[in-house]
Amino acid sequence: MDGKERRRKTDVQMLDGNQAGAIGAKLSRVQVIAAYPITPQTPVTEKLSEFVEKGELNAEYIAVEGEHSALAVCASASMVGARTFTASSAHGLAYMHEMLHWTAGARLPVVLACVNRAIGAPWNVLNDQQDSISQRDTGWIQIYARNNQEILDSIIQAYKIAEMVYVPVMVCYDGYVLSHTEMPVDVPSQGSVDKFLPPYKPHTILDPSSPRNYNLVTLANPRANTQGILCHGYMELRFLLQEALQNSRETIVSVGQEFGEMFGRGYDNTYWDFRLDDADIVIVAMGSLAMEAMVASKQLREKGHKVGVLGLRVFRPFPKSDLVRALRKSRVVVVFDKDISYGSEGAVCSEIKAALYGIDTTAMIRNYIVGLGGRDVKARDLVDAVEKAVMLLGQGALNVEYPEWICQI
Amino acid sequence: MGTRECRHICDESSPGIGEAGRTGEWRNAFPVINQEKCVVTKRNKLTCFLCWLYCPDAVVRKEIPVSIDLEYCKGCGICAQVCPAQAITMVNEGESCLEGTGGI
Repeated sequence: MDGKERRRKTDVQMLDGNQAGAIGAKLSRVQVIAAYPITPQTPVTEKLSEFVEKGELNAEYIAVEGEHSALAVCASASMVGARTFTASSAHGLAYMHEMLHWTAGARLPVVLACVNRAIGAPWNVLNDQQDSISQRDTGWIQIYARNNQEILDSIIQAYKIAEMVYVPVMVCYDGYVLSHTEMPVDVPSQGSVDKFLPPYKPHTILDPSSPRNYNLVTLANPRANTQGILCHGYMELRFLLQEALQNSRETIVSVGQEFGEMFGRGYDNTYWDFRLDDADIVIVAMGSLAMEAMVASKQLREKGHKVGVLGLRVFRPFPKSDLVRALRKSRVVVVFDKDISYGSEGAVCSEIKAALYGIDTTAMIRNYIVGLGGRDVKARDLVDAVEKAVMLLGQGALNVEYPEWICQI
Repeated sequence: MGTRECRHICDESSPGIGEAGRTGEWRNAFPVINQEKCVVTKRNKLTCFLCWLYCPDAVVRKEIPVSIDLEYCKGCGICAQVCPAQAITMVNEGESCLEGTGGI
């Protein structure tokens, strides 16, 4: 192999998460970008507008007055056949809420980078995952990245997944922890991404010679169209969206496998497994927290605990059967959530409890709320929490009603 | 037979008459034209047609005599309001047409 080829094979750059996200979108040859700047997502929009302005990316960058419009532009452009990208955080994502539902309901394969940030009041620009978790019921696929390489890789995969199942994909990554932290990222060549990602084929065809109506008032019951064919009512369309998400797990995994074969970094599961094989204690965490949990698990192993880490990558569709297989033999499952469903518990914990219902397991499940509004989560905190859970198990305490918080109250 | 045969994944249709269903079923009252008063019918000329112009559902036929497609008329009563000859009367559904109105 000559030097030129070797350079082409690996192009490792020091990139922060936002640069990785922007490059992921550029390599996916997005055609329409509409986004409104918000901390900590702003550099994504800046980088992309720079690519467009320099002529490095052949795309329309549409300036809008807010996030609701940003997604409305992307949904409309996607409908007429353009590959579209947007990005947001916290209050911006909340402002998009209506259009998030609309985009999924219209089955438009928009990809959105959510740079996870806390939501006010009070004002806070730092990281937690309350923003994207609050949008979990909008019908979007949600993928969480642990590091900057995964941000870039996941955005490229997200287009392939979204355009196969016609469901929009949100790629979520932790604000500052990833968005503003540089790491080495292997940037694939444009040629290899082009081979991986075929052009977008819309299911919505807007053609003046054969006009169509899309997403008009659709009443409760199905009815025959002008050709006499019985068409979906509102509820049938909602069923199809649910069915698409239920079935999308297979697509997510097969696209991840194919990505691995092409680029040498496999994404052939819905979660990251770190020493789960012999573990009877499992730490569950999502996003960059899963990396911290790996450090904690090493420390716990040194203390004689058989600890593994399950880093959840796909939150929607929630990979129930994958997690049942991974967790059913555990003695203790400790779930760390960077979000809280007020009055209940962390969203990841709820999902895991629901997945394990009716399964022959005696696992104790403990939930800790951590890292809200950028509160630093140290590996030591995770170690203490896991040891406390193990101690409580020794005392016969099983599941508790509400989560514990790692804070100083 | 379910709805899968339409093969749509979001709401989709082609524009056409009756596309939104038999919307005339929504009606509480229907318009009745008194052809003896209607300017178009009386003069036998394509004139006036304010009812046709103002109808928000395009169910008034631009013909002599003027008629209304009750399959899709929702009974809003705008035609009766705009008729300069007061030739249109709104009759509640279930009530019989007034005698001498000349039908519809």
